[in-house]
Amino acid sequence: MLVLGIDTSCDETAAALLLDGRDILSSVVASQAIHAEFGGVVPEHASRAHIRLIAPIVEKAIEDAGKEASDLEAVAVTSRPGLVGCLLVGASYAKALAYSLGIPLVGVDHIEAHVFAARLERPEMRLPAICLVASGGHTELILVKDWGRYTTLGRTRDDASGEAFDKVGKLLGLDYPAGPAIEKLARGGNPKAFDFPRAMMQRGNFDFSFSGLKTAVRYAVEDRGGRPEGQEFTDFLASFQEAVVDALVTKTMWAAAEAGVPTVALGGGVAANTHLRERLTEAAERAGLDVVIPARSLCTDNGAVVAAVGQALLDRGITSGLDLDVSASREDARAGREGTA
Amino acid sequence: MSASIVIGTASADETRELGGALGALLGAGDVVALRGELGAGKTVLAQGIAVALGFDGYVSSPTFVIVNEYRGLVDIHHVDLYRISDEAEIDDLGYRELFFGDGVALVEWAGRGSSFLPDDRVDVHIDSAGRERRIFTITASGPRSEVIVRGLEASQTTSEATSI
Repeated sequence: MLVLGIDTSCDETAAALLLDGRDILSSVVASQAIHAEFGGVVPEHASRAHIRLIAPIVEKAIEDAGKEASDLEAVAVTSRPGLVGCLLVGASYAKALAYSLGIPLVGVDHIEAHVFAARLERPEMRLPAICLVASGGHTELILVKDWGRYTTLGRTRDDASGEAFDKVGKLLGLDYPAGPAIEKLARGGNPKAFDFPRAMMQRGNFDFSFSGLKTAVRYAVEDRGGRPEGQEFTDFLASFQEAVVDALVTKTMWAAAEAGVPTVALGGGVAANTHLRERLTEAAERAGLDVVIPARSLCTDNGAVVAAVGQALLDRGITSGLDLDVSASREDARAGREGTA
Repeated sequence: MSASIVIGTASADETRELGGALGALLGAGDVVALRGELGAGKTVLAQGIAVALGFDGYVSSPTFVIVNEYRGLVDIHHVDLYRISDEAEIDDLGYRELFFGDGVALVEWAGRGSSFLPDDRVDVHIDSAGRERRIFTITASGPRSEVIVRGLEASQTTSEATSI
């Protein structure tokens, strides 16, 4: 089955064609990230940019796959969570396309789509698994009992891990997005040079907190009268990155041990961080667990993972009507699919 | 004349308690505008407010997603304008529903969208005084917010928090 996946939940306009739930025929992502004086993207505002980009991005995805619109057999679109104005652009376009082609439409949860990066990376991966979804807006530990059956074991209580990178980058005068910049600048640094806090590190607690780390960085800079320079700056960034990655990896492994799963996996934009990928791989191998680290292009927002969730839902006979609603939060929209997602 | 009070807290827990005292006074249609630098405690105060409004779930930073929605005794719109660079963008957020609807709006980095906020609102400015201590300047800008700020003042004189 040929499924078009569309994501407009935040700053990227993305579309992809997925064949039979595993072969990515094309994937096109237009990032709206614009360097802004405030150290964040200008969401431009996102919904207007999505309106401008959605048709050309979908057309390019179809063209890149060597297909015609009439070849499509279903349309999957992110319907939650996200900015309602942004989600509406993707959902409205998807509805119109599905209606005009007479094919099914299915609404997809953005977080579930991040979980499916692992399935696209390794379709035969063993379940159950613990999946760490870490991005700019979310940081969650999810027990994947089966595809479509999840329990969220922990979440961030304040800042998401990607937000910690971006806000610390802002404090240090780095360009947005700060995640890749910090990773690059931290290379060769001593991760133990600065003692930054890891919050809520009690075994059995799977929640995260990165707000205290952000504040600790702020005071470390203020105490010195400015950010460190040279090798010390490299060490400073390496130590900060280590604090984030340490909390993420430690809790992922604790959750895996507690749940007794054979596999750990990664998803979300922060999963593009090399240090996180390496540390989780090492920890999992030491514990004798399988580890699934998806390609970076599957971790950051993309349409392929949306199509993959859509295919899985269609396989279970789940479709959405043309009255598909979008929602800023997950809980509201999930109620309608309780027990299945 | 508008009411203004200054309250100090010595820890994040005390800030959460202050949020609880403020939240207990809020109702449908109220808007709280939060200002303060990175790490000042805007989200922590919002956590206390949300609990007092009957929401027992996670209240995390909406910086990236811009709007978090919680369902308590009233709908709570937890908004963060950190990533907004141009006030015109707020128009696209559906601000009328957020700031002039039946819910309670908690707006972080409110300075980036002041002209879109209702005139009658509770303004909270947070200053840091050392690592843990925070100074909250809470100001009313109309009749409804004056009731809230006066109520908060009354509640604080009987509590542990230091009134300055």
